[in-house]
This record gives sequence, structure tokens and C-alpha cells, in this order.
Amino acid sequence: MLKIADKIFRSRLFLGTGKFSSAETLKQAIEASGSEMITVALRRVDLNDPADDIMNVLDREQYLFLPNTSGARDAKEAVRLARLARAAGSGDWLKLEVTPDPRTLLPDPIETLKATEELVKDGFIVLPYINADPVLALRLQDAGAAAVMPLGAPIGTNLGLITKFQVEIIIDQARVPVVVDAGLGAPSDAALAMEIGADAVLVNTAISVAGDPVKMAAAFAQAVEAGRGAYESGLGKKSSEASASSPLTGLDFIKT
Amino acid sequence: MKITCNGETKEIPSNTTLVSFITDMNLNPDTVVAECDSRIIKRAEYDTLILSDGNVLELIRFVGGG
Amino acid sequence: MFKIPPFHQLQEQIRSAGDADVHRSLRTAHLSTYDLAALLSPAADNHLEAMAKRSVDITAMRFGKTTQIYAPLYVSSFCKNRCSYCGFSADNKIERRILSLEEAETEAMLLHQRGFNHILLVSGEAPAKLGVDYLEQLALRLRDRFAAISIEVQPLSTEEYARLFAAGITSVAIYQETYDRETYDQVHISGQKCDFDFRLDTPARAAAGSMREIGIGTLLGLSDWRAEGLALGLHLAWLRKNFWRTALTVSFPRLRPAAGEFQPLFNVTERDLTQLIFALRIFDPDVGIILSTREEARYRNGMIGLGPTRYSAGSCTAPGGYSNPNTNGEQFSIGDLRTIDEVCAAIKQKGFDPVRKDWDAGFQLL
Repeated sequence: MLKIADKIFRSRLFLGTGKFSSAETLKQAIEASGSEMITVALRRVDLNDPADDIMNVLDREQYLFLPNTSGARDAKEAVRLARLARAAGSGDWLKLEVTPDPRTLLPDPIETLKATEELVKDGFIVLPYINADPVLALRLQDAGAAAVMPLGAPIGTNLGLITKFQVEIIIDQARVPVVVDAGLGAPSDAALAMEIGADAVLVNTAISVAGDPVKMAAAFAQAVEAGRGAYESGLGKKSSEASASSPLTGLDFIKT
Repeated sequence: MKITCNGETKEIPSNTTLVSFITDMNLNPDTVVAECDSRIIKRAEYDTLILSDGNVLELIRFVGGG
Repeated sequence: MFKIPPFHQLQEQIRSAGDADVHRSLRTAHLSTYDLAALLSPAADNHLEAMAKRSVDITAMRFGKTTQIYAPLYVSSFCKNRCSYCGFSADNKIERRILSLEEAETEAMLLHQRGFNHILLVSGEAPAKLGVDYLEQLALRLRDRFAAISIEVQPLSTEEYARLFAAGITSVAIYQETYDRETYDQVHISGQKCDFDFRLDTPARAAAGSMREIGIGTLLGLSDWRAEGLALGLHLAWLRKNFWRTALTVSFPRLRPAAGEFQPLFNVTERDLTQLIFALRIFDPDVGIILSTREEARYRNGMIGLGPTRYSAGSCTAPGGYSNPNTNGEQFSIGDLRTIDEVCAAIKQKGFDPVRKDWDAGFQLL
């Protein structure tokens, strides 16, 4: 069982709801994934198409909504979006996403830390999205983040866990759950993230733009379970050292 | 009188409440967040808040996102 | 707060490790405490050469081919605790002395002239005779002449550590002596040191008081050295988790003859000590490992580059002993009697660089 802040999750797969071809596909994919927490974004209502409302297919009773602050370019904008989200009735949970560069969508570490400090003081349960920077992860934990969400690869790239080494350090040092978020392109990527000890993963693009998103969602769910099972059963890690090349000083100086 | 909503100018009768404005736009007030002149309006206040000339309104809702 | 499991539990964990566990632990990049237990187990004795190899490589990667040099400066042998293993125990009839600030400064300058830049101020635990005011004033006197000043004195509060850090103390050594509660109660007969938990929490208080480095350790020979090693590993892991900005060192002085004629309760051989050093080095690649002058020159020479990273030299454990070599009243007798120059020469001969200065007060002074 995974515990983040005061909530228990049975599923360690969280789903992003963006880029789906239709609301109905989204709904089915979420069901197939078994996910209990989904992210949503906040945008201006399209006054010309008022009926386009994701809430028509998503049941707030069934899933925990994790609004993100996507679109925010600095801490100030992120805090504003956070407050809007709370006003929308989504509760105190928040995925903090501060991405000033629209090309790479990489998160701004400084603004993310600033926003976390302010939002934690304001009673939010903050899950910050960050590059896989171990020291930043520690600073955010010190600031009261409820989890940390290092990226596997930049959003939408489907490159997999290219930050594996740093994520391992983050996991090793973490005092809060670690959710690998972004860039996971295949179920095997999710399984790997779980095998190295991540507490959960967040997947969006890989599922929403798959040929059959519903099937892909189910596949990811299986991968997350497989990876976690392997981790819990004490999977042996590969040694990072080749056999030593330096000459060994004999131990015959030791008195017996 | 005129207000701005999501960047567009809208002509509305005086004494329009926020909730009636929203429903007139075919929106569900329960799934829309409103910001009036940069102040977040609580849902309960939708029914009582009367819009004034020159108000800048932002109507925001949840959409799909990662 | 750091909690240590019951000692017998640590022992069981170690006992249950077999050859296969040692094999696996030597091949893993991220060691758990289960792996540490395996490396400390009797089964690992057959793998000492392989452990040495890993220890050599890890030490070189993290610390380079260097060994840091420091000297202890005993400022007071007064102590209110009665501890059966220690030469300074309150019930031992030895010549007690506390150095005045001037005398301490003179001793320190002798060390400075000999080439030491890192010193460790050591005292027995008698707060009424030697407290934070004394240490603060001594630090202020010495901070311009030494790159780093550590203290090994009575446990203090977070505020007191913060005060001393501002005065120029860089690091704190505080050894639990033994993580075995039963033995701890047995050998600590009276005095503030009887409080096992208060002492156990001290590294955390020192870290919270901004100390840059904390040294923990055990006195080998009080209880089962393997379980002490596991306890040290747990303590290190906890400190890293909760005080990630703080550097850590470990030390495991082995019991030697002392005025009270205390016989070690457990026999710990050089081979045991070696296994302990390798196991901790492999488990925690970044921890500084101190090898004291309690050990003989032959052994200390052999271990250069194999895991230890910090050596004291030319040590005297009686207050005033540097100015007057005939001073009595030592805490323990020295095994390696060489001077700093002799130790540095031995380090160089092995192809390592003796480091006399590894910090600068300029980083710390406001």
C-alpha cells in the first residue's frame, strides 16, 4: 500500500488526462488502468463550446483529482492556479508544475521551490514535478512537499527512464514517496522505475496517444505491479563496478 | 453594461448575478471556477454577486492535463 | 529520534547471513543494512580479500589517494562519570589536570608548529570544570591557526553546539561506546553518561546545531563487534537521511590497557577490525574512517588506502603531554608512537598523499 500525505493508494499508477482523443476513451483508459488519482489542468472555459467539460465523464467521487499548475511560468502564476484549483473544489492536493520553457516543458527548480514553500504554508498538499535533481528533491522535502516527482524524461518524449542514476539517488535519500513522472514511454519503462524503488509512476502521453489507449493503460498497470513485486522481493541490483583493476595490497600484515 | 469575460467583451443587463451569467452561457456553475477582478469567488457567492460595469471575469474549468 | 533495535536482533540478523548473502552483497551497488549484516558475518571472513578489493576501490574513488592527518589535544582529565573501561573514570586514582586557556593554547601551538592543521579537543566529562564557555573561548583563540577544530567532550544541547560552531568548532565526535544497552548499563556505573538515549541522540543535536561533521563510534571490546558494526551502519544511515548536509565519520577504537586495568569483555582481533572497516566502507562509501594510534604502526601502515581515511599521529592522551612528555595520567596508552613526520613519510611511501589541511576556517567564519 502506498501512502502519500494522509491517503492510501492501492494502485501505484497515476494517470494524466491530457491528449486523449475523446472523453469516452479517457474514461475507459482510466478504468483499465486501475488508477485512483488522475491529474487535470485548469484552463479558461471555451465560451464557444461550453459543453466541452471533462467533468461530464470524470466522477469526483471515484478518483482523487490532482490539479496541476501547467501553464504557470513562475511561482506567482503557480500559486494563483493552485488557489483556483482549490476553489474549484478539488481539495488541497496539487501537482506543482512550473514550466517556463514551452519547447521542452522542463520545470523551473527555483520557482518550484519558491512556490512549494508558499503553498505548503497555505495548507496545500504539494507534489512538485522536478528534474531528477537529488539536492532539489531534498530541499523540497525540507520545505514540506508531500512527495517528489522527478521526471524520467521530458514531458511527451517517451524516452523512458533516462534519468535512472539520479532517480536512484533521490529514492535512496527520500523521506517522502517518490513518483517518477513524465517521459515513460512503454510499460517496461514503468516496470524499471518501480524495480529501482520508485513508489509510484505517473503516465500520460504513452497511454493517450497509443493506438489503443485502453489496452495500453491496462499494460501499464500490469507493468507497475510487476516492477513493484520485483522490488519488494529483493531484486539484486547490478553492481556498478567492474572487477577491480588496482593491484591488491596483501593482507598478510594483519596479526592473527 | 459591458464586462470582459475570458478576454472577450460581453454586453449584459444590469443586476445580473454571476450565477445567471454563467448559466446563460450554458455552463454548469458547479464545474466552473470564477475570478472577478482577480479575486477568486466562492461558489456560494455566485448566487449573490451582482456584476458591475467593467468587471474582468475569468471563467476556468478543469481540462485534461498531465 | 534515532532508535536502535535490541542488540540481540542485530546479532541474529548477522548470524543468519550465509555465503550466498556475502556474494550478493559484494556485487550490489546499493547496499542495504541486510547487506551490511552479511559483510559483518562470520561467513564474510572467507571473502576478506574480495572485500579489501572493493574497499580499496571505493575509498580511492571517494577520497582519492589521500589520508588526512590530525592530532588530539587533551585539555582536561577531570570526569564525573564512572566507566569501568576508561583511564579517566572518576574512581581511578590518577593525576587529574585541566589546562588553563593559556596552557591549552601553548599545547595547540606546539601541534601547529609540528604541522598539524586539524585538531581534536578532548576532555573528560565534567561540565562544572570545563563547559561551553571554556570551549568557546579556546575555539576563538585557536580558530585563526587551525583549519578545523573538532571536539570530543560531554554531550551538549543543540543551542550549545550552535554557539560553538559560531565560535569556530567545525565538528563533534561523540561515541556511543556500545550500542548494546545491557553492556552499556553494565560498564557505565554512575554519572550523566549512564543515560544511553541522551547520548544516542547527541549526534542529531550536534547536526541540528550546524556542525559540519559528526563522528560516531564504538569502543571495540565491550560487546559483539559485528553487531556494533551493524548498529553503526544504522546510525550512519539515519543521520544521512535526517541531516543530509552533515558529513560523517566513524571510529572504532579497540580497547587497550588503561589505568583501571579493565579487561575487554570481547576479544577483537586485528582481522576482526579489518573486516569491520571493509564492511562499513562498502556499505557507506562516503563516511570518513578514523584509525587511531591505539593500533600499532605495522597495522596502521598496512591499512593505508584500504578503507581508513583519517589518521591521528604523534598523539598524547594526557593533558599537557605535548609540552611535557613525562606527564602522567593518560586516558589510554598509545600503540603507534611515531611522530607526524614519520606517519606522513609512511603514507607517502605507500603512494598516498598525507593531507594536513582539508578545510579552512574562512569558509565558516562570518
